[in-house]
Amino acid sequence: MKRVLETKHVSGQSPNYLLAKFQDLVDWAVNASRANSLWPMPFGTACCAIEFMATAASRYDFARFGMERQAFSPRQADVLICAGRLPFKLASVIRRIYDQMPQPKWVISMGACASTGGIFDNYAMVQGIDTIVPVDVYVPGCPPRPEGLLYGVLLLHKKIKGESLFDHVPRREEQPLDDRGLRLPPEQIDEISEPFGNSVHQFRSA
Amino acid sequence: MNPSVDALRATFGNAIGRALESCGDTIVYVGRDALLDVMAWLRDTPGHTYDYLVDVTAVEYRDRERPLEVVYGLRSLSRRADLRVKVELDSQGDLTVDSVVPLWRGADWLEREVYDMFGITFRGHPDLRRILMWETYAEGYPLRKDFPLRGRFSRAEQVRQALAASPEAHYSMEELSIADAYEELPADMKERLRRGTRGELPDSE
Repeated sequence: MKRVLETKHVSGQSPNYLLAKFQDLVDWAVNASRANSLWPMPFGTACCAIEFMATAASRYDFARFGMERQAFSPRQADVLICAGRLPFKLASVIRRIYDQMPQPKWVISMGACASTGGIFDNYAMVQGIDTIVPVDVYVPGCPPRPEGLLYGVLLLHKKIKGESLFDHVPRREEQPLDDRGLRLPPEQIDEISEPFGNSVHQFRSA
Repeated sequence: MNPSVDALRATFGNAIGRALESCGDTIVYVGRDALLDVMAWLRDTPGHTYDYLVDVTAVEYRDRERPLEVVYGLRSLSRRADLRVKVELDSQGDLTVDSVVPLWRGADWLEREVYDMFGITFRGHPDLRRILMWETYAEGYPLRKDFPLRGRFSRAEQVRQALAASPEAHYSMEELSIADAYEELPADMKERLRRGTRGELPDSE
């Protein structure tokens, strides 16, 4: 290292310069391998799952973007794709699936219902899966076309490639539920779940 | 009008309420206490033989004066005839009605669903638990007219309770195991299972 630093090319640079270059190289390699070999865990509950299947099938074929192997076990998966509305009865199920996935892991919320509750502003439906698990990419649409999901996957690639192994921020810490059994503060969940659009015309319950 | 209605009146008298025809289907109202007898009679009497229970459901009307109705769809597979039987329950009073599971095994989950959504108790049901909502669901009965569309609790509280429910709590092992139900199967199905290769079966002898 000392001899390298004394060479003409990097002399005068801070020793941190080489280290930073090295870190960039490692980040590039790690992120490129992660982004280009995502293993999706499909969690299909409704019509979005049909579009998801179309995306996985030969015409759109998201294996082109590295998602060759669909993992139907959360223990061998990177990306949880929630395709479809999530009833409260499945809230504990998707939370357990998320907890079982190894780090690093990402979540794509596919469609209006998974992202916001969509047209189902009622007693049985989770108003956005981000009240249950952290979400990286929201794909809008009802349901999104396969191109939409592919665009979401590409956005996720971009996000992964911007991450760094050397951040001292615990970026991908386990995010267990707090002692109330919630992921977010209750006020924030209520705010996320506020009615919007046409559903404000319904009478309020809480 | 379905001829079974007159036969019912002749047999049960005052226990049979009004009857009407709607869209080609005959609806007959039956008193709550006579329900089990009427259903058994309809199922077993030659010439009627409504041997298939199509559905059990319930209706609550927006008019608060009108009682809740429990609706039974009956069909005679051999005669290709339908009959709809209704029982009226005072919505302010006791929401209890006899279970028809002793007559039709298939009423089990249908009655559980009616219990889950309307809070109607079926007397004599072998396993009356919630079926669509999780068992610790505490907000009430969602299809009742006094139930707000978004539920009674705040969204945060709903999320908290939903996350606290165990994902495995919905099924009992008895529900999942055909071996436990083996004794209650019909003889021909027992024989088929015995000859088949579906794993170990308990000795029936």
